[in-house]
Amino acid sequence: MSWVLILEQFLNGLQFGLMLFLLAAGLTLVFGIMDMINLAHGSLYMLGAFLAAALVQATGSFALGVLLAIPATAAIGMLLEVSVLRTLYTRDHLSQVLATFALILIFNEAVRIVWGPDMPLPMPAALSGPVELLPGMFYPAYRLLIIGVGAAVAVLLYLLVARTRIGMLVRAGASNREMALAMGVDVRRLFTLLFGVGAALCAVAGALLGPLLAVQVGMGENILILAFVVIVIGGIGSIRGALVGAVLVGLVDTIGRAFLPLLFGLFFQPRVASAAGPAIASVLAYLLMVVVLYFRPRGLFPARG
Amino acid sequence: MDRAATLVVLALALAFPLALQETYYLSFASRILVYALAATSLNLILGYGGMISFGHAAFVGTGAYVSSIFIAEGVTSAWIGWPAAVAASALAALAIGAVSLRTRGVYFIMITLAFAQTMFFLVNSMKAYGGDEGLSLPARASGLPVDLGGDVAFYYVALAALGAGVYGLHRLAHSRFGRVIQAIRENEARAEAIGFPVYRYKLACFVLAGAVGGLAGVLLASHGKYVNPNVLHWTQSGTLMVMVILGGVGRLWGGVIGAAALLGLEDLIANHRVEWLASVLPNYQQHASLGVGIVLLAIVLFAPQGIAGAFARRRRA
Repeated sequence: MSWVLILEQFLNGLQFGLMLFLLAAGLTLVFGIMDMINLAHGSLYMLGAFLAAALVQATGSFALGVLLAIPATAAIGMLLEVSVLRTLYTRDHLSQVLATFALILIFNEAVRIVWGPDMPLPMPAALSGPVELLPGMFYPAYRLLIIGVGAAVAVLLYLLVARTRIGMLVRAGASNREMALAMGVDVRRLFTLLFGVGAALCAVAGALLGPLLAVQVGMGENILILAFVVIVIGGIGSIRGALVGAVLVGLVDTIGRAFLPLLFGLFFQPRVASAAGPAIASVLAYLLMVVVLYFRPRGLFPARG
Repeated sequence: MDRAATLVVLALALAFPLALQETYYLSFASRILVYALAATSLNLILGYGGMISFGHAAFVGTGAYVSSIFIAEGVTSAWIGWPAAVAASALAALAIGAVSLRTRGVYFIMITLAFAQTMFFLVNSMKAYGGDEGLSLPARASGLPVDLGGDVAFYYVALAALGAGVYGLHRLAHSRFGRVIQAIRENEARAEAIGFPVYRYKLACFVLAGAVGGLAGVLLASHGKYVNPNVLHWTQSGTLMVMVILGGVGRLWGGVIGAAALLGLEDLIANHRVEWLASVLPNYQQHASLGVGIVLLAIVLFAPQGIAGAFARRRRA
């Protein structure tokens, strides 16, 4: 096992983690400020990927298609917030689960009706080859692009939340919604905006991951649960927690998948190792969450004091 | 529901197979009974205990898989496979509950979900028992006084199980144990202050619900003579939760009404063509879950208490 392989898997984990962060960032703010469980967040990710695929097909340009899909998904997200989700904030968690579960069904079928069960989203040809990062180490250019975009968005989001007036209002809302309301913050309008930003981040993640994973109905459901794991690990309502949690989950998941079967091969018979390795690797993220919750029941960076 | 109404429903359920010509609806009715049992067991922890578990599929799935594995290994007697499956589900609930019940609120929802997902992935990788393709069974379990292979016999077994489940829930809710559980739901701190060992009561309730969920899983696998990892998928937990919320959280018949309503609605849209709708949307029946989603959303927005709640409100008014 060479260091090149380890570095490569590390970059893969970072890339997956950054994409998870894009999903988790919106989710954690929705969760933190409005105490709302939004299962339909994964549907926006799916919608973003399908819109990107359709627009890339229509325009013939990857960059243009993706850039158009982002505002389109944001608009749909804000529309969803104003029309349905807004009435759910004051309801209990069970109603929110039921309503957003219903939204998943509706989005899945609507996408199936409009575009069918799946769509091709090819990688841009210019980026499909590898680049030589270090002497003797090649890495797919497209994955580097994802890492770059993910890191850039993370920095932008951090500046937005930590350095701007809107970000200050968001943080105030997350740490104590009633107090923020009492101080005259228009949480309703702030929240519609926030939801739009969350949807846009979903679209970025969906469009960028589309060429690597498949663009298909139901793609949002499994990654949604991982995003929930991320925000619970990080502490609900905390952007910093979401970033740390996402990178942690991305690394643990990817590196576990790559190396656990090898590691098990050292100790067990090949038949056992090839069966148990992938099985344990796929649940590592969940085990990580259980361990974190056991020692820090409110996550690593709790937003509420 | 009062006594007379209960007896009428029971009589109708008993007479149902006799009045029927088609086996499709018998099988469909059995499916409703099995899901009703699963939803009723979830309602015990969700509605009566106030524990919002998003991982109930873990217990249903454990029951389904353990009973199926017994049959696949050649042990076909229901007297061995079924108790083992129920015990395995109870054990899973004990382990999961022991850790999860230390957390509160949203964290409890998420940690139960995480455990269920863990089991989903583990089952997915059990190559010896079909992996992600699932496990087909040559026959249903044997050894019961009736031959389970027949659809009528299976219907009555499922009905008996559900009847026992609902009656048990009724008795439990009015027992000392049930009162304590409901007191904990209403005010945990107060129950603790009075001196009840809150954690142990909740854990016992969780394990009981897991065991009954396991029995539902046994019947589910037996019904289709097939089991695959999707019985453990989180959308399955979500579906059970939707059934409970739809039927009425913390109401005796909530799980039954919810299961019948949700599965009935799906069947209604998929198998009963409405001409005027078909003239607008020619293929609408292939997209039944769109209709289900819209109806569910409408119920949340306009009938927050669920179906049972809507009836109860009318009666009081």
